[in-house]
Amino acid sequence: MIHSLFLVNPSGDIFLEKHWKSVVSRSVCDYFLEAREKALDPEDVPPVISTPHHYLISIYRDKLFFLSVIQTEVPPLFVIEFLHRVAEMIQDYFGECSETVIKDNVVMVYELLEEMLDNGFPLATESNVLKEMIRPPTILRSVVNTLTGSSNVGDKLPTGQLSTIPWRRAGVKYTNNEAYFDVVEEIDAILDRTGTTVFAEIQGVVEACVKLSGMPDLTLSFMNPRLLDDVSFHPCVRYKRWESERVLSFIPPDGNFTLMTYHVNAQNLVAIPVYVKHSINFFESGSGGRLDLTVGPKQTMGKTVEGVLVTVHMPKTVLSVSLNATQGSYTYDNATKVLVWDIGKLNPQKLPNLRGSLSLQTGAPKPEENPSLNIDLKIQQLAISGLKVNRLDMFGEKYKPFKGVKYITKAGKFQVRM
Amino acid sequence: KSGLCSSGNTAAKRFTTNNKDVWIMLVIEVSSFPRHDDLKEMLDSNKDSLKLEAMKRIVAMIARGKNASDLFPAVVKNVACKNIEVKKLVYVYLVRYAEEQQDLALLSISTFQRGLKDPNQLIRASALRVLSSIRVTIIVPIMMLAIKEAASDMSPYVRKTAAHAIPKLYSLDPDQKDCLIEVIEKLLADKTTLVAGSVVMAFEEVCPERIDLIHKNYRKLCNLLIDVEEWGQVVIINMLTRYARTQFLNPNMNEDKDEKDKKKPYVMDPDHRLLLRNTKPLLQSRNAAVVMAVAQLYFHLAPKAEVGVIAKALVRLMRSHSEVQYVVLQNVATMSIKRRGMFEPYLKSFYIRSTDPTQIKVLKLSYTGSCSCFSFRQTYIKSMDKDFVAATIQAIGRCATNIGEVRDTCLNGLVQLLSNRDELVVAESVVVIKKLLQMQPEQHSDIIKHMAKLTDNIQVPMARASILWLIGEYCEHVPKIAPDVLRKMAKTFTNEEDIVKLQIINLAAKLYLTNSKQTKLLTQYVLNLAKYDQNYDIRDRARFIRQLIVPTDKSGALSKYAKKLFLALKPAPVLESPFKDRDHFQLGSLSHLLNAKAGGYQELPDWPEAAPDPSVRNVEVKESVRAVETVTARDRGQSSEEEGKKTESKNKPRRGGSDTESGEDKDSETESSESEEEESEEESEEETKKKKKHYCRPCAPFHGNGYGKDIKTFPAVCLADHAIFPLPVSTNQTITPSGNLKTYELLHRITGEGLSVEYCFSRQPFSPDPHMVAVQIQFTNSAASEAKNLHIEDAKLQSGMRMKEFPEIETLPAGETVSVVMGIDFCDSTQAANFQLCTHTRKFFVSIQPPVGELMMPIFMTENEFKKEQGQLMGMNEITEKVTLGEKCHGEHAVIQRVTTAANLSRVPCGSDKECRFAGKTVTSGSLVLVSVVTKDNGAAQVTVNCEKMVIGTMLVKDILQTLTQ
Repeated sequence: MIHSLFLVNPSGDIFLEKHWKSVVSRSVCDYFLEAREKALDPEDVPPVISTPHHYLISIYRDKLFFLSVIQTEVPPLFVIEFLHRVAEMIQDYFGECSETVIKDNVVMVYELLEEMLDNGFPLATESNVLKEMIRPPTILRSVVNTLTGSSNVGDKLPTGQLSTIPWRRAGVKYTNNEAYFDVVEEIDAILDRTGTTVFAEIQGVVEACVKLSGMPDLTLSFMNPRLLDDVSFHPCVRYKRWESERVLSFIPPDGNFTLMTYHVNAQNLVAIPVYVKHSINFFESGSGGRLDLTVGPKQTMGKTVEGVLVTVHMPKTVLSVSLNATQGSYTYDNATKVLVWDIGKLNPQKLPNLRGSLSLQTGAPKPEENPSLNIDLKIQQLAISGLKVNRLDMFGEKYKPFKGVKYITKAGKFQVRM
Repeated sequence: KSGLCSSGNTAAKRFTTNNKDVWIMLVIEVSSFPRHDDLKEMLDSNKDSLKLEAMKRIVAMIARGKNASDLFPAVVKNVACKNIEVKKLVYVYLVRYAEEQQDLALLSISTFQRGLKDPNQLIRASALRVLSSIRVTIIVPIMMLAIKEAASDMSPYVRKTAAHAIPKLYSLDPDQKDCLIEVIEKLLADKTTLVAGSVVMAFEEVCPERIDLIHKNYRKLCNLLIDVEEWGQVVIINMLTRYARTQFLNPNMNEDKDEKDKKKPYVMDPDHRLLLRNTKPLLQSRNAAVVMAVAQLYFHLAPKAEVGVIAKALVRLMRSHSEVQYVVLQNVATMSIKRRGMFEPYLKSFYIRSTDPTQIKVLKLSYTGSCSCFSFRQTYIKSMDKDFVAATIQAIGRCATNIGEVRDTCLNGLVQLLSNRDELVVAESVVVIKKLLQMQPEQHSDIIKHMAKLTDNIQVPMARASILWLIGEYCEHVPKIAPDVLRKMAKTFTNEEDIVKLQIINLAAKLYLTNSKQTKLLTQYVLNLAKYDQNYDIRDRARFIRQLIVPTDKSGALSKYAKKLFLALKPAPVLESPFKDRDHFQLGSLSHLLNAKAGGYQELPDWPEAAPDPSVRNVEVKESVRAVETVTARDRGQSSEEEGKKTESKNKPRRGGSDTESGEDKDSETESSESEEEESEEESEEETKKKKKHYCRPCAPFHGNGYGKDIKTFPAVCLADHAIFPLPVSTNQTITPSGNLKTYELLHRITGEGLSVEYCFSRQPFSPDPHMVAVQIQFTNSAASEAKNLHIEDAKLQSGMRMKEFPEIETLPAGETVSVVMGIDFCDSTQAANFQLCTHTRKFFVSIQPPVGELMMPIFMTENEFKKEQGQLMGMNEITEKVTLGEKCHGEHAVIQRVTTAANLSRVPCGSDKECRFAGKTVTSGSLVLVSVVTKDNGAAQVTVNCEKMVIGTMLVKDILQTLTQ
């Protein structure tokens, strides 16, 4: 299956390699680097590259390439999914997934990779199991370890590895037993020039942070489960129970995890929280243009829209911008031609506005196309689809846990065409 | 084979004895390496912290790809270090460099051999892992031996490691294949989910052609599937797809055939249905690879009407990482060619965003290309991304060829694009228009005229060439313009690109043939220019054409046909999606993605003409006398020798049979000792295990039978207890839906007008209400039409009794079977529950009467507790009867089995082998039920039942006596 893994930074240096079978020379990465050169954008590197003796499957994540070497037939998604798990595991262990962090913890990363695959086939990918075998670093532990010479490596087989619920370890104990659920919804939408919705849908995810002692068996039910059109679950959720009763019944992993992701039925009209008044002109003759943007709240269910950020990918010929923002600040990066306007909180009384002139390359023709706007926003305490958690019940344990649910709405791929 | 094993032993001995001498040699060798002296010093020190520090630095070197091979001797000395992290890092180092330093690597072998015998399962497993990862051919026999031993280890984790080791050994020495297949066969029979994925992986790498090994394990794999870890699921599903293609009939077979061939109606094999049913919930998995695996399984195996379910799940994956999108889109493209319309409802998800990477945009188009409308594309064409623009225009072309109604719209749109300022857009449009016009040139002479004018402006060679070709081909539609175009081209001939030059020559030739009066001189001129061109292709073409069209004295027979040659009607091109011919690869595979066969790819076989014998998948159910006898009888009837052999080797559970095999008893013994040891090994975790059991169970019945998240918690959790009281429920249930639970008839097929209903007591707690007895009801629709709205009405219950109905079954298609679970509180009485079973047309009066043994559930108890409780239930609560045991009922095993079959009790450990004790409590009131059976030498026995409820006690004694005398 997976033969080797190389981690490659954006400038093409290989800074970590791991082989699960015999060693593959790192020169195999040259094929990849060649493809990387050809692609304009790192995201455009084909995920699967065929070389005379090997196949290279790579992902681009957190500005790093995770490149795996394959020799025989294997479902490409199998490898891609695994590589993403590796990235998530690093994130989980060290708080972020970056070249510096990996270089600082190179031995531990290497040990983790060793546990995750055996002969190229996944052995332990559950974070709970891994954390029992190799304990994540904490400041206290690293101090203790240097003094006593003890190590981060566990000497017992993690209980999860043997049980039928590998995602949970046995003997969990907390003084404060708490279970928090975040319902996060993202609006994906395309609005056309006139502001009409061409396409809109809601993607939701229920993130959980469960710190409960023992082996709790939880049941989470929704007020309006009919809203949910398509769902996918963490392996702990019992499918049958969902099918028959529309409740989530599960023995949770310990700590943070994604309980479910869902998609809200497309038949329901999606509320669009903001509108944009925009005008952009490029002068036919001269080398300039005008831009005028106003953002205002639309259907917000009485909540405040925060963290509004407007991104515009300008045509290549725009050299510089000279704009005036009534609220927030803007930046224009001439290299990538990206205009970013950071607005912050929307005040319905005083709508933020950005206007001013654009200067274009002299002699260049008027840009063919108007750029489109990408909008980022956040609304606290609101799930825009109207989804509500009804109740959370716990079986199997005697204590009373603290429970909490938080709702957040965000913009996903929210695009306005100008 | 035996030779191999013994040589393994001797080799092993040699390594242990030679160790000392080699150490001495080592010391000499170490000093000869100058580099990394500090590291060596640290490794030689007796402080673990220094060693650890050194090892960390060395491993960091390896991770960065630096060579650390000269430290080998210094490192390998520490292989037996007490510090677990040092040891682990040494293992890492060893595996990395063993191949390069084979001789030195051998020194470590004895450590691993010791490790293989360690009481800690983690150490056993990691010793095997490292041992099998050392790629040194000389230790193959040792590895073989270790794998064989580990394959029958009591810890499932070690067995899993053994499964992982199989492909390692195979790649090291392919000659071991036969030996390894035996191990695989053994591990395939393993019932734990932990092992299933890994052993199927080994199967796929070593012997994917031995499909016959799967037969006996097919149903088990289907049933375990939902609880196997994600990666194993992918491998198993892919393998089962191939398996199903060889064993079942094409569910869509009748659709392709003519009316007259439809004599045989298609009936789906229940095992085929089982696979489809058990994989379907996995479409909800968070793992994209699992979803894709199920999707391809449905695409390749399901009846057409059912394939639709995968679309939604695949569309969900499109919101995942861009790499996942990339792969999914490629597969969607192939699927949509074969099943057009499958993704139609989700078209919006294929809309392109400006932020998508180019490769994703192009892929999305290649899908939408075959179905959506033009107007959308216009937005795309304005994109700044050039590759994408080109792909868009090509997609419009495909769209126009495939869908006749929109052809004119598309063509008009493309003509508008001709006035676009971007040359690339124009060029690409010209190329596509050329292809479209070829289909119906008569109606579009004005477009050709328009394009002729473009030659003045367009510079892109491919576009110019296309225009020239069009004019040449349809010169009779534009008789006036064509010669003029040739005139202009003749002027610029020398400056044109090669492909344009070729087309100029072509145009000249065609005009010469149709309109020689006006163009004779021009043609001569062009041919002369071409004669002295630098490119030999062009010179060649010019010479060839001159010979062909210009009549000379010597011109051969060919020139007569010149007109036919040049002006023949050319077939219109087919604009095909680049994904057209990929469908012969299994979807989701690497080979499909690359459209080339990757190494190790297993062809997806075609459906067989006639289904192979389905009985090969029948499995004898353990501990079930009844089932065993029927199945073995059938198997023995088959004459095929291979068949016989297979059953023989798998025939463990022939308990009650007259011809018991000697191997059989041994088997059960090892199993029991295995589970007992396991228990002791995890004694500290016993508490949690019990808890686990407690909470796992309540939900089980709701999940129906055989599949569902919780069912499998049974075999695993009960594993430890299994040998002590062979609960017939646990393991068997996952093997076959019927298991050895006694089924009763609720409604006969004839009275039910095609609907037959059976029920059994599943002996699992009923989660919505623990005071109810779970009754599993199985509906089979053998009528020709589907049954709808199966539900319960009008229950007539005795006072105090309650009933929890199963959720209404909306439809039950003809030929299908479905099982549901309902709960009945019988109030600890054997009175029947009467109710009406309704379909959308009929109502049937039915009743369920429980045997007394089903009114209780097992509880755990120690011997002392049992004695204490028994002491409190004396007098009227104790019923004792004497009995003479039946012929077949001698021995402890038989007694335990009879009693646990008759009543849902668990066994209580007991010091004496003459006495068997069982405990349980009634479901409703929770009153204790204690049973003890004391056997005597002469076949006599005494049965004692202690129960607060005297009626239950009396009835239970009767039932037990009856079962023991049989």
